[in-house]
Amino acid sequence: MKKMLTAAVSRVWSGVAQKPVSRVLVASCNFSKDATFEIKKCDLYRLEEGPPDTTVLTREDGLKYYRMMQTIRRMELKADQLYKQKFIRGFCHLCDGQEACCVGLEAGINPTDHVITSYRAHGLCYTRGLSVRSILAELTGRRGGCAKGKGGSMHMYAKHFYGGNGIVGAQGPLGAGIALACKYKGKNEVCLTLYGDGAANQGQIAEAYNMAALWKLPCVFICENNLYGMGTSAERAAASTDYYKRGNFIPGLRVDGMDVLCVREATRFAADYCRSEKGPIVMELLTYRYHGHSMSDPGVSYRTRQEIQNVRSKSDPIMLLKNRMVDSKLATIEEFKEIDVEVRKEIDDAVHFATTDPEPVLEELGHHIYCDNPPFEVRGTSQWIKFKSLP
Amino acid sequence: MAAVCGLMRRPLEQVSGLLRRRFHRTAPAALQVTVRDAINQGMDEELERDEKVFLLGEEVAQYDGAYKVSRGLWKKYGDKRIIDTPISEMGFAGIAVGAAMAGLRPICEFMTFNFSMQAIDQVINSAAKTYYMSGGIQPVPVVFRGPNGASAGVAAQHSQCFAAWYGHCPGLKVVSPWNSEDAKGLIKSAIRDNNPVVVLENELMYGVPFELPSEAQSKDFLIPIGKAKIERQGTHITVVAHSRPVGHCLEAATVLSKEGIECEVINMRTIRPMDIETIEASVMKTNHLVTVEGGWPQFGVGAEVCARIMEGPAFNFLDAPAVRVTGADVPMPYAKILEDNSIPQVKDIIFAIKKTLNI
Repeated sequence: MKKMLTAAVSRVWSGVAQKPVSRVLVASCNFSKDATFEIKKCDLYRLEEGPPDTTVLTREDGLKYYRMMQTIRRMELKADQLYKQKFIRGFCHLCDGQEACCVGLEAGINPTDHVITSYRAHGLCYTRGLSVRSILAELTGRRGGCAKGKGGSMHMYAKHFYGGNGIVGAQGPLGAGIALACKYKGKNEVCLTLYGDGAANQGQIAEAYNMAALWKLPCVFICENNLYGMGTSAERAAASTDYYKRGNFIPGLRVDGMDVLCVREATRFAADYCRSEKGPIVMELLTYRYHGHSMSDPGVSYRTRQEIQNVRSKSDPIMLLKNRMVDSKLATIEEFKEIDVEVRKEIDDAVHFATTDPEPVLEELGHHIYCDNPPFEVRGTSQWIKFKSLP
Repeated sequence: MAAVCGLMRRPLEQVSGLLRRRFHRTAPAALQVTVRDAINQGMDEELERDEKVFLLGEEVAQYDGAYKVSRGLWKKYGDKRIIDTPISEMGFAGIAVGAAMAGLRPICEFMTFNFSMQAIDQVINSAAKTYYMSGGIQPVPVVFRGPNGASAGVAAQHSQCFAAWYGHCPGLKVVSPWNSEDAKGLIKSAIRDNNPVVVLENELMYGVPFELPSEAQSKDFLIPIGKAKIERQGTHITVVAHSRPVGHCLEAATVLSKEGIECEVINMRTIRPMDIETIEASVMKTNHLVTVEGGWPQFGVGAEVCARIMEGPAFNFLDAPAVRVTGADVPMPYAKILEDNSIPQVKDIIFAIKKTLNI
């Protein structure tokens, strides 16, 4: 079984494992303002053309993407520590390894577009505008958390970001509904609807595909294929692991999810497709999670440490971007080290906040049952214990 | 000259005509409106009032509604606002919830609430809980409506009452109209409410006409969610019901009145949040309580009413244990004799009332 896994993984990664070729157009000054990079061609399904195979990265954007990915990486690793120290309870699903997906997606859309995802959401929470402080404080269940401590890891929301959804696959139809609202309102917005390789086998995803295609909803269905649905490899769960083809009558593309530039270009392409009223499109991001499914899963019973190490050393998204930028003189190693220091400080501050901010007051137990409602009494654990519905 | 006189005459006639009309103007008479038409009117008015409102479900558009509740709406509002869906309850319920999260006000019709079971995760986990889980950031102004409970001869899989199931969940509002006034006022309130509301209609009531009082004919007529109505004043016993059984209770009350027993009949109108205060005040007056519902007895609406009465001030006023009349504790059978005895009939209500009063 392990041999099969390794073979499957190396088959999948054969393209990604090599170092990306970079071509520099401007080499005369100390720092280039920008550079053109070749990016991996996407596999296409029912599409004549795909995203471009080269892209221009400005120094400014590059440093921004690096900072964002590094912030997410550090934040997730801190969450791991906090969980082991029992500051975080319950479920905690980390996305370290998948940073290029969240950052690349955000780079390919506008802030006015919409995003919805599964429970492995911390990275997208950040790229959609929530601060590290508010994310970590939500994980530790404090009043300064983005959901005031009421939601936890899986239920964080922001403007045009609809969580954070605990039920596998439920976000599929929800995302199609958000896309329906986009079409209804006519403001040329799209909805990115993310789900994993495991969720791709949910019936409601097929229902969402059908209605999105039927009604030409501006929905980009994005399958984040990190090769494992909890402890079950993709091959053991899906009769077809070509997730970008699973939309059947919906065109699709398969994208190198470890390359932030590839993700950005593919997202731009997909969003443009939807904005031109052609209907939905499916995007499969080939990516990898370093952690297990959640903090209760060591992640090594169904895959080898060798495999994890392999991906880390050959395809780490942060390393890939940094090497590209250094090689093409867009930035120096020292600059990246400086960013690392700043990120570390930001995370440390956030951790301090998340571990010292008080828990919500007990009175808030009854708040936020209903929206815009006159006050009423909320029953506690017995008839004599009552909470108010409003402060 | 004649022409000038003609000119002079005409305006006078018009003026006197106006005067005539004003003096003979009467208040709008109470109309006979079926429950179906009342729901139709309610939805029509809200669709007209707010562009963000739209209806989706199976057969709601071109078929005019499986039970013709949405008749004429597609013709009036078109494809954008009245949407026929494929047979994909989980999918389209989720789509409705997503659209609500993104700022629209969908009405999601389940052809019957039995089919809502396929979508129940979207109703509970995606709709009901979201405002709370998000710490008040994300409201979900969606309405789920459709026929609930027993129909006639549709057997076990098409006859379940979901009042108790949905009534169980915090974050949801659940209403259960009985007559046309209820149906119209509650659907309008549900659509205007910024929370997920489940509207449990009744197929057997759709064709029943009721007098719609004049205030209910206004486009701003709303029935507040969470308020019960005393349909009939009485002194000897409180009889509480929701949906179609309210009519049966009133029939029972009429029969018993001839024997000198005056029942106070309460139409719950809302399952959640339950208006227990109205029931308590009534029980404190009559000292006796019978609940009536179409759903199964265990863990049902009546069970909740009784538990709350025990916990509150009305308990000390009870002269006998509170009693429940419910559907039989069986999956709904098909044969008429069996079906008839699986739902509460007027005679069952009368029997329970007399038992409680020790008559």
